[in-house]
Amino acid sequence: MTGNTEKHDGLPRVGFYICHCGTNIAGTIDVADVRKYAEGLPGVAIARDYKYMCSDPGQEMIAADIKKHKLERLVVAACSPNLHEETFRKAAARGGLNPFYFQMVNIREHASWVHTDKLAATRKVKDLSRAAIARVRFHHALDKQRVPVDPNVLVVGGGIAGIHAALTLANAGKQVTLVEKEATIGGHMALFDKTFPTLDCAACILTPKMSAVKSHPNIKLWTYSEVEKVEGYVGNYKVQVKRKPRYVDEDLCVGCMECIDACVFKEPKFRDKFNQGLGKRKPVYIDFPQATPKVVLVDPETCIQLKTGKCKKSCAEVCDRKAFNFEQKEKIEEIKVGAIVLATGFKTYDAGRDPNYGYGRYPGVYTALEVERLVNASGPTSGEVVLRDGKHPKAVGIVHCVGSRDDKSNKWCSRVCCMYSLKLAHLIKEHTGAEVYNFYIDMRAPGKAYEEFYDKLLSEGVHFVRGRVSDVTDWAMTPEEEGRLVIRVEDTLAGFVRRIPVDMVVLSTGLEPQADAQEVRRRFNIGCGTEGFFQERHPKLAPVNTFTEGVFIAGGCQAPRDIPDTVAQAGAAAAEALALIDAGFVELEPNTSHIAAEECSGCKTCVPLCPYSAISMEKAGENAKAVINEVLCKGCGVCAAACPSGSIKQNLFSDDEIFSEIEGVLTK
Amino acid sequence: MSDKPAVAFYWCASCGGCEEAVVDLAEDILKVVEAVDIVLWPVAMDFKKSDIEARPDKSIAAAFINGAVRTSEQEEWARLLRKKSRVVVSFGACANSGGIPALANQFGKEQILKYVYEDCPGVDNPGKTRPKVKSVDEGRVLTLPELHGMVRSLDQVIDVEYYLPGCPPTPKLIMAAVQALLAGKLPPKGTVLSPDIALCEECRRKDSKPSDLSLTGFKRPHQVQIDPEKCLLAQGLVCMGPATRGGCEALCPGGNMPCTGCFGPTSRVKDQGAKFVSSVFSNIAPKDEKGIDAVLDGIPDPIGTFYRYGLSKSLLRRKLN
Repeated sequence: MTGNTEKHDGLPRVGFYICHCGTNIAGTIDVADVRKYAEGLPGVAIARDYKYMCSDPGQEMIAADIKKHKLERLVVAACSPNLHEETFRKAAARGGLNPFYFQMVNIREHASWVHTDKLAATRKVKDLSRAAIARVRFHHALDKQRVPVDPNVLVVGGGIAGIHAALTLANAGKQVTLVEKEATIGGHMALFDKTFPTLDCAACILTPKMSAVKSHPNIKLWTYSEVEKVEGYVGNYKVQVKRKPRYVDEDLCVGCMECIDACVFKEPKFRDKFNQGLGKRKPVYIDFPQATPKVVLVDPETCIQLKTGKCKKSCAEVCDRKAFNFEQKEKIEEIKVGAIVLATGFKTYDAGRDPNYGYGRYPGVYTALEVERLVNASGPTSGEVVLRDGKHPKAVGIVHCVGSRDDKSNKWCSRVCCMYSLKLAHLIKEHTGAEVYNFYIDMRAPGKAYEEFYDKLLSEGVHFVRGRVSDVTDWAMTPEEEGRLVIRVEDTLAGFVRRIPVDMVVLSTGLEPQADAQEVRRRFNIGCGTEGFFQERHPKLAPVNTFTEGVFIAGGCQAPRDIPDTVAQAGAAAAEALALIDAGFVELEPNTSHIAAEECSGCKTCVPLCPYSAISMEKAGENAKAVINEVLCKGCGVCAAACPSGSIKQNLFSDDEIFSEIEGVLTK
Repeated sequence: MSDKPAVAFYWCASCGGCEEAVVDLAEDILKVVEAVDIVLWPVAMDFKKSDIEARPDKSIAAAFINGAVRTSEQEEWARLLRKKSRVVVSFGACANSGGIPALANQFGKEQILKYVYEDCPGVDNPGKTRPKVKSVDEGRVLTLPELHGMVRSLDQVIDVEYYLPGCPPTPKLIMAAVQALLAGKLPPKGTVLSPDIALCEECRRKDSKPSDLSLTGFKRPHQVQIDPEKCLLAQGLVCMGPATRGGCEALCPGGNMPCTGCFGPTSRVKDQGAKFVSSVFSNIAPKDEKGIDAVLDGIPDPIGTFYRYGLSKSLLRRKLN
């Protein structure tokens, strides 16, 4: 705090600083002109411009000026507060000023980066600066509150990202709850036969990690479960998890699978989701032999006992562990954690959305994930590439960029398809000896040893045709095409349109956000980009953080990425969570709301509106007043805006602050 | 001249209800009359403007002025009384924030005159004659006050010491104000002479308000049988209570009618209507645009509902021509 009383125009003494940000700002904004303009504004005791305000000399200049010029308020016009608000708050504190006597003006993202008209942009910066200078007068000295951090962590999603994050955290001695929606962990990686570019067996590297999760003393594994509700705040989250009934006691079942043999359905006849529908399963099933936990489950949609209650329950009879319980009900369990790692993954593009490629119409058209199962030794065909009609393909076409790099579907590059297409080309050729064609737009191989993998495929005699496939048809124009699928494509290297007859078409589908990504992000109160992937706090400098403190993201839920990147990111997310937990406490932003009891009429308007359940009525009956738990309050301002008698005030967003800012923008 | 303190009552654009409220003091008015010397009260006594003009400046202890300022004549009177009075009390909703007359600010002056003198059903005015500030008839000059383009509150025209809220202020509040003035126990300038807490505080229906209203529709009082015990908002009626200053002892909800907001907002609120909208509309049950619109259709006149007494002082201000 300043403690000085000398005033300028009777107003608090403001120091105004404008940053060049190299040429990021100064290239568009006439910073010297803004500085001169600010000097003349009421209350401004000193105004400066500097090349990099965030640099050490820049910060030191502020701290020194505060002392020398007895500054009582600080305004810095620079980049986004997301980036450097904390930097300048600390600089203010070093100068002896309460850090909340500070207002930041974002003139980079809000002006220099988005405007080309230099004069108008400079005028806008003056307007914004004037508004901040007008508002900062009304700021109050505030203190941050410290609260302890719960050392336990929740990891959501049991794919390779969630598995790796959970193991890293558990190995560091933290208690981890890993929640997975499906009946087994493993995610997409568990579907693969081999991984690119090394062609090592996916199961061989994944299943040891899966069983490590299961047996780790610090990990509580909840599969077939979903997070229902998240309350609280960084360091102190209260999470409700819905645990769906498996109708089999997880603690009793040892995964002997005798019940599956004993099921009254002699043959498997229901769609096997794990095998992408290429195989069949019974009502009692296990996704795959290495499923973790190795526990069977009963599908209530198809099980006779669960549907009608009239089955002889041969499955339960044969179980000597007495693990079956058809009365099992869904239950909600609550856990408390300090940090959350979201690794909820992605889904693949629905190939049926591209009618030209005939998926779902021609049995010979497959998605890449289906082929992953076909070439997999533990897949429905035990690794034999056999078509739906029972034949073996002699020629196979792999169509790249299905649902990627396409204005009609998804504009983004899904990053992994080129490489997995090469992998599948290699595996199909290896398994069948067929002629394999890759139809690609650009071959993208930017990872370690990826280009070399492409070179290897070139030398294996796989054909590469550059061009986006226009359609797949069974309409034969020559006898050779009769009874086969014809891929029509413009070969942009050869410069003509080709028709290539094949027996099997593989659609390399792109990666998309999960269908429930929006619901999930709302549940965890984080953001999404326009395409629907979870939004990181900063694309370069905070790639696993989100705008919600204590919630971290890793893997395909953030953007399409391959296994090495996913694992690296999962490790980073775990490290960020550890850093948070091991600090032992968090400082809460003081931009919270509060209610003066003598002003509250007890109308209860605010109570249901608070998204953090931070408001309750103190005492019942006549004199009940609303009170805000400032630890739960996250400063969203909903209650302050809604309070009909203006009795809720939010720090840093009082009416005086907001209206003076508006007036500052509007009055010249 | 009497040595009792001189008091003036004046009315600008108002309905006369505020005058009624003074009369409603009943026998208490005798105490007032005993204690003060009424030097101006057009509704009850005959005084001329020249009487006031003749008085020395600041010789009136207090002027109670009700009504909004709409014409040049009202503005002249307001300025004259300001000059002659030590204290000016803005009396009632119209003086405080424009009141019902300020609803005219939704329309331009020309629009109003054209409607009233030409387009309004029932008008028979083939010559399209309109009142003029100055007209000459057979050599005689006739003048009329000029209609301003905007209805203003009293404090938008002259400096005001205190405010008595209400449409009209209740006798209890008037008497308390008069007594405070006579006793010289004056609060800080700018004070609204009524408790600074919302009406729900003193409403006997308060306990029956659920914390989540989940409004599925709005109804107007004539469309429903109103439950005399239950919170009116909970019955789907637009009750402005939560956004309105208390002090009237919840007269309307007590009489089974929703509060219409005549006491204006608390001192902490800049715009009563906007506050009410942001609070109660946050409690609408449907969350999709179509569903929300369907609920809002139950309020046919939002400005007349949420800004019934406060358009002059609202952020909406007025419609420009």
